[in-house]
Amino acid sequence: MAELLQFIFSGLTVGAVYALVGLGFTLIYNASDIINFAQGEFVMLGGMITVFLVAAGVPLPLAALIAVGLTTAVGLALHRLAIEPARGSSPVTLIMITIGASIFLRGIAQIIFDRRFHSLPSLFGSEPIHFGGATMLPQSLVVLAVAAIIVVLLWLFMERTLLGKAVTATAANRLAARLIGINTRRIVDFSFAISAAIGAVAGIVVTPITLTSYDVGTLLALKGFAAAMLGGIGSAPGAVVGGVLLGLIEALTAGYISSNYKDAVSFLIILIVLVAMPQGLFGRARIERV
Amino acid sequence: MRALQHIAMAAGVGLAALVGMGHQASAQIKIGAVLSVTGPASFLGDPEKKTLQIYVDEINAKGGVNGQKLELVVYDDAANSNSARTFATRLVEQDKVVAVIGPSTTGSTMAMIPVFEDAHIPLISLAGAVQIIEPVRKWVFKTPATDTMACEKIFADLKSRKLTQVALISGTDAFGKSMSVECHKVASKVGVRIMTEETYGPRDSDMTPQLTKIRDTPGVQAVINPGFGQGPAIVTRNYRQLGIKLPLYQSHGVCSKQYIKLAGEAAEGVRLPCSSLVIADKLPASDPQKPVVVDYARTFQQKTGQAVATFGGHAYDALMILVDAMKRAKSSDPAKVRDEIEKTKGFIGADGVVNMSPSDHLGLSVSSAFHMLEIKHGDWTLVPGT
Amino acid sequence: MQRVLDSRIWPLAALAVIVVIAPLFFSSLYDYRIGALVFIFALAVVGLNLLMGFAGQVSLGHAGFLGIGAYAVAIGPTYFALPAWFSLLVGAVLSGIVAFLVGRPILKLKGHYLAVATLGFGVLVAIVLTNEADWTGGPDGMNVAHLMLFGWKVHGSDTWYWLAGATFIVGFVLAANLVDSPSGRALQAIHDSETAARMLGIDVARKKLTIFIVSAIYASVAGSYLALFDGHITPDVAGFLRSIELVAMVVLGGMGSVFGALVGAAVLVVLPQALTVFHDYEQATLGLIIMVFMIFLRRGIVPSLSAAFSGWRR
Repeated sequence: MAELLQFIFSGLTVGAVYALVGLGFTLIYNASDIINFAQGEFVMLGGMITVFLVAAGVPLPLAALIAVGLTTAVGLALHRLAIEPARGSSPVTLIMITIGASIFLRGIAQIIFDRRFHSLPSLFGSEPIHFGGATMLPQSLVVLAVAAIIVVLLWLFMERTLLGKAVTATAANRLAARLIGINTRRIVDFSFAISAAIGAVAGIVVTPITLTSYDVGTLLALKGFAAAMLGGIGSAPGAVVGGVLLGLIEALTAGYISSNYKDAVSFLIILIVLVAMPQGLFGRARIERV
Repeated sequence: MRALQHIAMAAGVGLAALVGMGHQASAQIKIGAVLSVTGPASFLGDPEKKTLQIYVDEINAKGGVNGQKLELVVYDDAANSNSARTFATRLVEQDKVVAVIGPSTTGSTMAMIPVFEDAHIPLISLAGAVQIIEPVRKWVFKTPATDTMACEKIFADLKSRKLTQVALISGTDAFGKSMSVECHKVASKVGVRIMTEETYGPRDSDMTPQLTKIRDTPGVQAVINPGFGQGPAIVTRNYRQLGIKLPLYQSHGVCSKQYIKLAGEAAEGVRLPCSSLVIADKLPASDPQKPVVVDYARTFQQKTGQAVATFGGHAYDALMILVDAMKRAKSSDPAKVRDEIEKTKGFIGADGVVNMSPSDHLGLSVSSAFHMLEIKHGDWTLVPGT
Repeated sequence: MQRVLDSRIWPLAALAVIVVIAPLFFSSLYDYRIGALVFIFALAVVGLNLLMGFAGQVSLGHAGFLGIGAYAVAIGPTYFALPAWFSLLVGAVLSGIVAFLVGRPILKLKGHYLAVATLGFGVLVAIVLTNEADWTGGPDGMNVAHLMLFGWKVHGSDTWYWLAGATFIVGFVLAANLVDSPSGRALQAIHDSETAARMLGIDVARKKLTIFIVSAIYASVAGSYLALFDGHITPDVAGFLRSIELVAMVVLGGMGSVFGALVGAAVLVVLPQALTVFHDYEQATLGLIIMVFMIFLRRGIVPSLSAAFSGWRR
């Protein structure tokens, strides 16, 4: 029993990380249909900027704030300088641009920062919490809590604010949104900024668990993307459920089946879920217009 | 007509790009290097590249080798064996180098070897696996101690503590996998039993399920973690989180202050086999390696501002062995240099004392390559008697 | 009739000329190696382009097939004493079968969901290759014996250049014929609108599956060539980054342009070699160039340039 509990705690820890990274994909996708492959680099920037500012003597909260601000600026710049000029291109072209951006950001980061691994202190220390014979680090709870807060904020924003409704409208039908006077360009601008900020926050709170380096983004983005798709892309609760599920599957596979094949099993399950539910767990069906 | 336009463009782009690569000639001695400066093994390639650059500059400032300056050509293979092969061909065919240092990883080395065997140019690899030098290949050498030797060192220490039943938790990356395979081979020879083995992905962020299983496996007396990068730091933290009291052994893949920093307090009491480099200042004055490693550690730290790691030491040794061979050969002719590399005797480097021979293209002994260290109060200490 | 002949013969002749002329500019075996790599990757890209450009389906896991082909020629001769050329065929058949089995369920998925499903497939292959070290040598990879054809050892970058070039031409012709056939037009219809295609009585699922299998075989053969050419193979041939690279080659060259495959492959094989002059800025520059290309030549290099060219002529 203690064993199972430990596996579940591990799954929650890892799942929370995936969920937080996966959340970053939802807003940009909702506003623009783009899967932003540079999302992992936002996560990396959040963590690395904080690490280097702290090393330079900036207090942690301030460093985190600056990191989120800078990453948001990078997100905005990505949209203004690279996505916006290619407006009207096919989604594949836009995704290719985000891949280019991800390579570019990684390339810059290894020069500005370095190519080593770094960590940040946990918010509530590294003394494990004991429960039922199993243990969990306080930081895992922080990550879960932050993910929950972001989901709630996103929900409030989408449902309760005019701007949020405009995002929903833009997602539903770009042309119609423009016709009723929504500045869709501004909306997408905004979605990139917020996604970058979410990515940066994710990067800061997961670094004490995952550690960070200039190329941490690639794999985190891969898992976060898979999590978001499992949950149904575009749905914030879906991203969280997908992430936590993915983490649990990995931990339970590692615990009960084979640690060699835990990633394989989790992707297999994603395949099966998608075949059974082609829109993911929480996704909405889209009807093709002819 | 449309087809013609396509052709013109395709041909234009393809050819212009192919032809546009520079060719420059010079009277200097050209040395090539293929290193994993970026990618999953960048923490190997990065210090290796810095080391080569620092010391090539230093050698040139002192007048070069045999009156000629060294010219270093470095390519980054990002730990991709296909790129490594391409860069190997490029160094040989286009840059016309006389010798090559690297690459950082075993996969890349194996992909590059045929190029050098064909071209008759010496290659000094910086990768770990024993298959690079066994069987001996005429043109291929390497400087880092093998994974086999690291396993032997760990098992010797285990036996001295009367521990014979161990569990492995290894990374699925090249380093972890290769070392785990070697440890299995060595274990059966020295009478250590591997009770269970778990693995983790190179970028995993929590290994408590694997460690829980190891903890619950009856009879395990110690745990060995072959791996490098951030994985071992997380394993170490999770190990303490789960409150496992068994002795934990790390590998030579994490012989860097960075590991202690990342693992924090959890690293207390961890043992691992490392070369003299990381404990340069703690070596007894009588140790023949002391002046070399103290000097290298200080130089690296001064020039890069980073703590020294053993990986840069591999590159230092490779460069120095090569330069010594050229001096002895009084030539930079690849064939003569190769012969002299093979005759390297009593070379004192960062990785140990090197005595090569036609049947040994590494030339390190376990006792000279590794010290068993224990982490105490956030610093390395020598385990007495090793 | 004359017109059809023209449109089929011209590109072929042009390709043959490129293959033959390019070596005149080569100064060493290194250039031949680059040329051979361009053709090998272009072969995989032609296949993927059929899937992406013509059938409109994205695959983020095609390196998985590259891996199957590569390891077929590594494992066949080593463990089963099969000749390398036969192992190549076995790999191609195996890739076809795997594509059939995987494709049947997942090709029902659309857009990004298909992307993540194919990504999962590619990751699965890479994991198996990494873990089954007894067969594959694990992450360090395994050596691949030389290709023997009629008692002749295929060896050297120049030989491989000609072999890869010739194979690419064959692959190109087959693909071009497929595109021009009724089947190809059906694919175009699927690309434009699946629902509309279905209305026209096109068996959409079957067509998509067929093209998925064809593209898998292309990738598999390219993977086999890569392994035989390099003489050593590691699991990163099947990795996620390789898959992305293949997609990037398709998109950069131009989706739906068979010539684009060659240009896309050429750019992404040659660029990293040319960018070594930037040293530390290598990666950043590569990313920047990809972005700039996609912003200004958004339909891909070949279609965008040819559109600009014909516009300028008029």
